[in-house]
Amino acid sequence: MSQLAVESGPGFVPPSTADFNLPSVFGNSAYLTKPVFLVFLSIIVISIFFIAASRKASVVPGKLQFSGEMIYGFVRNNIGEEIIGHEFMRFVPFLFTLFSFVLVNNVFGIVPFLQFPAMSHVAFPYVLALFSFFIFHYVGIKKQGLGKYLKGIAFMPGVPKAVYILLTPIEIATFFLVRPLTLSLRLFANMFAGHLLLLVFITGGDYMLNDSHLFMKILSPFSFAMGIGMSFFELMVQCLQAYIITLLTALFIAGALADEH
Amino acid sequence: MNYLVLAEEAAANPLIPKTAELIVGTIAFILLFLVMRSKVVPMFEKAFALRTEAIQGGMEKAEKAQRDAEKALTEYTAQLADARGEAQKIREDARVEGVAIIEELRTKAQEEAARVTALATASIEAERQQAIKSLRTEVGTLATELASKIVGEALDDQVRQSRIVDRFLDDLEKSN
Repeated sequence: MSQLAVESGPGFVPPSTADFNLPSVFGNSAYLTKPVFLVFLSIIVISIFFIAASRKASVVPGKLQFSGEMIYGFVRNNIGEEIIGHEFMRFVPFLFTLFSFVLVNNVFGIVPFLQFPAMSHVAFPYVLALFSFFIFHYVGIKKQGLGKYLKGIAFMPGVPKAVYILLTPIEIATFFLVRPLTLSLRLFANMFAGHLLLLVFITGGDYMLNDSHLFMKILSPFSFAMGIGMSFFELMVQCLQAYIITLLTALFIAGALADEH
Repeated sequence: MNYLVLAEEAAANPLIPKTAELIVGTIAFILLFLVMRSKVVPMFEKAFALRTEAIQGGMEKAEKAQRDAEKALTEYTAQLADARGEAQKIREDARVEGVAIIEELRTKAQEEAARVTALATASIEAERQQAIKSLRTEVGTLATELASKIVGEALDDQVRQSRIVDRFLDDLEKSN
């Protein structure tokens, strides 16, 4: 990134969407890019951590098991049980996978040397939203039957008939377009914007430090400091986004399980 | 910003997913899901179940101990009350028995006394009779001897002798 700024000659070139277009690490393959490696790294890290944490399954947990249980218990109880209710256990593996996958990939955005959130590449949030989309519709159809489920969506019960003219298109759009789109775009946009923000301060600081003016050099630490401060802010956003996508998915599932949404 | 950068931006529309990443994302997610479902979730659930069981077992044990203790306490209290009652009964019995014994002893003593008294009376009476009897004989003899000596005539005739003695004794009794 700094290379980009330096090579662009005089004047600061702000980071742009092009900065997310990372070249292949080896050769020219689209499968050998940094996001792909990060995603695979994330599932390896998550698997190793949680297998190690849960392997003993002892009544009195050690530090490792306790920390694993804390995250698992949070998804299981605070998201799964609290929102879905008595049938929640069926969905815990999915919700837990979703949460840990998004969380670790997000946090990779501020982990030194990795420093790239895979979720800022829209393909990954799309995939997750599609899983969420198919699962909650599948659950609804299985629970209520296709006809009844679709009717429940299109014609919300307890509403005057005339209102359906307005409500039906809105409801259909909500369930089949808005939900998966917002689910993925919220995550994507947050990670994208967060990464861009960090790029601005870090490349900006770098540019100022390399500027010929002494004044600019002296001011550059402020930019770096902002970058560091923003990193902590990003950590919060990254955790929050992992929570939100899991929470919303659980809410959708709970809605599909309920007889009347 | 130059034209080239703009062109590049258009090419890299961030909302258009890359096919490779869609595939990778799907595979990675499914892999992670399978690991979580087969290895992680069951183990955590096992730990949770074991813990719940341990806590419940401990609580049940404590409850049982408490129930046992309460039962034992009730038993002991009942036993204590029984013992107290029994002691009271024994004391009462002993008192009654004591009274009865005293009464019995008193009766016995009285009987004994009466018996002794009766015996003494009888013995005295017998002795008196004996004395009277021997006295009568002796007095008779003496009187006869004396009379015969005085009178000088032998009063061999038994009938007369005894008539005289009897008359004498009767006179003696009358004078008494």
